[in-house]
Amino acid sequence: MNSNAIEVSGLTKRYDNLAAVQSASFAVPRGTICGFVGPNGAGKTTTIRMLLGLIAPTSGTGTVLGHSITEPEKYLASVGAMIEGPAFYPALTGLENLKVLATMGGIPIERVAELIDLVGLAGRGGDKYKTYSLGMKQRLGIAAALLPNPELLILDEPTNGLDPEGIQEVRDLLKKLAGEGTTVFVSSHLLSELEIISQHIVMLRKGEVVFAGAIDDLLLNQKPTIIVRTVNQSDLEKVAAMATAQGHHVTIRHSEAHIEGPHEWAPVLNQMAFEAGIVLSQLTPTLPNLEETFFEMTGGQS
Amino acid sequence: MIQVFLAEWRKLRRPTLLLGTFAAALFFNGLITAFIYLMIDSPDGNGDRGRTITREVLALPGGSVNGFASIGGLLGIIALCVFAAQSAQEYTYGTLRNLLVRQPRRLVLLMGKYGAMKSFALLLTVINAVVSIGISLYLSDRAKVTTDLWFTSEGWTEIGHTLVNVYISIIFYAIIGIALGILLRSPISAISIALVWILILENLIGAVKPVTLDWMPGNQFAIIAQGGTPDLSYSHALTLGSFYVLLALLVSSFIFTKRDVAN
Repeated sequence: MNSNAIEVSGLTKRYDNLAAVQSASFAVPRGTICGFVGPNGAGKTTTIRMLLGLIAPTSGTGTVLGHSITEPEKYLASVGAMIEGPAFYPALTGLENLKVLATMGGIPIERVAELIDLVGLAGRGGDKYKTYSLGMKQRLGIAAALLPNPELLILDEPTNGLDPEGIQEVRDLLKKLAGEGTTVFVSSHLLSELEIISQHIVMLRKGEVVFAGAIDDLLLNQKPTIIVRTVNQSDLEKVAAMATAQGHHVTIRHSEAHIEGPHEWAPVLNQMAFEAGIVLSQLTPTLPNLEETFFEMTGGQS
Repeated sequence: MIQVFLAEWRKLRRPTLLLGTFAAALFFNGLITAFIYLMIDSPDGNGDRGRTITREVLALPGGSVNGFASIGGLLGIIALCVFAAQSAQEYTYGTLRNLLVRQPRRLVLLMGKYGAMKSFALLLTVINAVVSIGISLYLSDRAKVTTDLWFTSEGWTEIGHTLVNVYISIIFYAIIGIALGILLRSPISAISIALVWILILENLIGAVKPVTLDWMPGNQFAIIAQGGTPDLSYSHALTLGSFYVLLALLVSSFIFTKRDVAN
């Protein structure tokens, strides 16, 4: 059996002259939770649609659960997916919506009630989908993805619209499923969430993969950073100039200077600022986290 | 394919759709059938476009289904609207992607949808036939129409033929509806284009140049339901209608199986 649940190589999707996904290559090991991140329009949903056989790649190859993505009928019975948010028939109840999909996939109808309970919709399953809140719709979408008891679960922004309790529940559910051997490929904008639950990460930028691998490898390769704020906003540029003159890379983000450097260099910077008459309101050495790394690698929010 | 068929019926059987469709069909059915008998002596006619359907015609073996044959085209248009909406809504709701994840063989999915549509059309045909014949029987006394020949073996044959013709007509309309839904991916566009073409443009063009009606798809389907007219034979309507439907089937199947599902 292939040790990777997903493998793609040179996967490309072009619309006229625009490359939505450009030569993407990555692998998702079986039984892991793999985060799929990238700014809006980076090509995440297009990639997921290609993996599910909804969109034909312009070029490149891929396998899901050991089968080519050109033959989705060979693997989709073992795949659960929620793509670009939940999509159901508004006039049908939550239960009926799941029954439509269960019947379509030859899945026992009894599983529908189990899943309605599992995602916290017990008591509301008989209500029409159009009466559901965003969070309830999202829960129903997750239930639909879990219908086939999947070997591979692909979720596109599963925590959209969920309250903190719901996010915690989804996090626990994904960990539980991964513990039972399910591979989870999940895209999310909540990078802190992904950092907690993911072992692997695939990062897209403008349709290209900028990183794919173990999340620990990604963070280890990143340099520690010192975050600086000044009492007078105008002094921030001066601090940045001082750090740059000392050979440190600086980015200014959200009224903060993010200066690459070890924590030992923080007192040196503090001394330099003091001598220049600049009062610092924050001087925080940090280890890189996924969000920092994401912005650095995707070039966002600088 | 049976799984797709059963899943489609889970959607089709919802009360607002099923009862709404059948209520609308039965309402027009009752109205048109009753009109034939209640207005039998009207100088303005009691049939389609001011035609007069006499007692003698209604007393023939096929008299019991005269009203039913008249509404065949209307039932077809109702079916067209229902199935155009059903197929286009899969795109607007985004539900097609869920269906294709559970049934990735697109042609199987489409065939299952057509299967469900045919059974829906059969139900629509049979129920409306029963109601139309019932109303005809009920009003025949009042309209002084003799029904002696209605339930003879020849009469039953006429009923059978009309049922088959109306059923074919409804299926043809519904296939065009599904095809338009797939092509346009918008219920409003699919239904409005179909209705404007069948109810307005065909009649306008036909009024200016009557010979064009011999080639208009909507007219062929309506004539199939009626079993042919003095102006246009049944075999011509069936052959040409089948050609249009086959074309729609091929084009929509090709697009459905090949087009990216990006919404």
